[in-house]
Amino acid sequence: MTEPRVANPPGTLAASWIVARKDLAIEFRTRTAFLSALVFALLGVTIFYFAWDATAVSAADLAPGVLWVIFTFAGLLGLQRSFGSELADRAIDGLLGAPISREAIYLGKALANLVFVGGILVVTIPAVVLFYNLPMGEGIGALAGIAALAAIGLVAVGTLFSAMAVNTRMAELLLPMLSLPFFVPIVMGAAQSSARLMAGRPIAEAWPWLRILVAFDIVFVTACTLAFPYTLDE
Amino acid sequence: MTTASEPLPLARPRRDPLLGVAIVAVALVYVRALAFTPIEARQGPAQKILYIHASAAFIALYVAFALMAVCSILYLWLKDEKLDRVAESAAEVGLTFTTVVLLTGPLWGKTIWGAWWTWDARLTSTLFLWFLIVAYSLLRGAVEERGRRARYSAVLGILAALLVPFIHLSVYLFRTLHPMPILLKPSAPSMPAEMQVTFFSAFSAFLLLFAALLRARYRIATLRDLVASREEHAG
Amino acid sequence: MTATPVVHAEGLIRSFSGRRVVDSVSFTLRGGDCLALFGPNGAGKTTLLRLVAGLLAPAQGTVQVNGVSIREGAAARAQVGLVSHASMLYGALTVRENVELAARLYGLADPSAAAHAALALMKVDDRADAFARTLSRGLQQRVSIARAMVHQPRLLLCDEPYTGLDDAGSAALTAVLTERREAGAALLLVTHNLTEGLALATQAAIMRRGRFVRHEARELLDPGAYQSQYRELAAVHD
Repeated sequence: MTEPRVANPPGTLAASWIVARKDLAIEFRTRTAFLSALVFALLGVTIFYFAWDATAVSAADLAPGVLWVIFTFAGLLGLQRSFGSELADRAIDGLLGAPISREAIYLGKALANLVFVGGILVVTIPAVVLFYNLPMGEGIGALAGIAALAAIGLVAVGTLFSAMAVNTRMAELLLPMLSLPFFVPIVMGAAQSSARLMAGRPIAEAWPWLRILVAFDIVFVTACTLAFPYTLDE
Repeated sequence: MTTASEPLPLARPRRDPLLGVAIVAVALVYVRALAFTPIEARQGPAQKILYIHASAAFIALYVAFALMAVCSILYLWLKDEKLDRVAESAAEVGLTFTTVVLLTGPLWGKTIWGAWWTWDARLTSTLFLWFLIVAYSLLRGAVEERGRRARYSAVLGILAALLVPFIHLSVYLFRTLHPMPILLKPSAPSMPAEMQVTFFSAFSAFLLLFAALLRARYRIATLRDLVASREEHAG
Repeated sequence: MTATPVVHAEGLIRSFSGRRVVDSVSFTLRGGDCLALFGPNGAGKTTLLRLVAGLLAPAQGTVQVNGVSIREGAAARAQVGLVSHASMLYGALTVRENVELAARLYGLADPSAAAHAALALMKVDDRADAFARTLSRGLQQRVSIARAMVHQPRLLLCDEPYTGLDDAGSAALTAVLTERREAGAALLLVTHNLTEGLALATQAAIMRRGRFVRHEARELLDPGAYQSQYRELAAVHD
């Protein structure tokens, strides 16, 4: 053959999907990070239940706060491993040398992290409903929506900072320090709106908080996608 | 950049006249505030902490942070090291001012409201700002290579600036206990003229102090980078 | 020759911490050319390779692959294959998955067929379902090479590819590189091994302190004399 093989380099979205699938394949192979984060989340939810005086504060009042704080820390556990596999044998060079955009690498990793975090939520939310005796019903759909918005924000910021932290001496400490200030609006928005929804209040009361979540997601997904190429050593 | 054979510039430590002027200005404002401004009826003498508290808060947030953010964007665009040094200096001086606010705020709060800490909008926002600048400093400390350090800091600087409105919004929505902004009402300022003058003088003096400290810090950063380049060339 | 050169590098300059690691390097390779690049450690060879691959941005100068600047966009990298010091493999994935991933990233129509073909060329297809981390260094190197060639690139950049290879592996690599060269690809081969390098080369260069201190056509060289001249040049340290 004198000509290179017939090739059509994938566009950004297709390439992101390839990167995401690769990350998920690796994660699924070992499963240790996911299981650790899951167990951490369940343990945390359990411990919190016993840290309060059940006669003074009802479990249902506690639940939203506990859920979203634990979600943040479990999410961080998942984000920590996000770029580790890329540095081990300079596998990232394989991605950088390929005809895919830098943004595709970021989006692919963020997508994989989103699945990771989503997996944790799928188990943790029912656990909270169960342990804290939450009256669920119609609210479950809205809660899923809030969870999706919160997860997107968490993953957008966390993936970017994970790309930076992995190159430093204090990666495990630096990632939480950088990310937690950014998680504050997410936790507030998610906790406040889900608290109102679970208490049976009308949606209008939760709306201002939901708006913050949506705006946060739009702003930071865009900003982090644009900022990602600057975290690469070029 | 000088070559290895030329002497370093600024061989003798020089006193910055601006710093002297700024310190005098701040001292004068204190005198005016304590001796020559009337005591506010409801809050008593403790209200005078307002002059430091509000000035420092304003400068920390708007000037230092804005400077960090603008320099970060410009650095990513122009790649000029000087911009990174300005951002670094603004962050450090801003951190000092923010710490001042967090220390004086509770002093005022204890006297006025009887509680050392309240999660009111302004104080809470300032606390989060403090965390952000600490994160910025930690990031800079964790990255050794200069180019990468500047790039990472610039990215964080821009994202932090984008975060600030969200923090304000969230905290404001959550609770508001801070006294109403008596100066910024467009219709009629509730502060008598005397107090307004003191307040604005304090603001100007602190701005001057900020500028002087920024310049001093920038000098240190420049010298440090110069020494580092020499060592790399020699090694 | 009117055809566009496969790679044309002009005035490449790149510094790290104030020191010029690549200092005004220029060269042109056409289809069928192989530039063997020799030089002591720290000469800047790896940095030069990364510049040509588009992994690093030059402070000054340009690299054009098939007439398109490598920094211009993703598509320019589609014609480039890179074998570097590190294996660039994902230890937790199988050998086949690693090469298929590369095939997908380069947009090949039939990733699994291409992966199988590449692995067969490097004689490592019998380990296709093993996890990459379980392979020896030499076998990993063979997989890296297969990975770099799965899309049959017009420009192959190899950073000491013979490292860790046994006789069978070296023979497979030489066969593959020769076939690529004869198929019209251009090669840039960084190596410490003068014999192997000169065997494949149509051009030879010696890099020292970021510059090409010698650069000439292969046919003008006498391998014996070159060997001793190289030792002299390489032995003089900064």
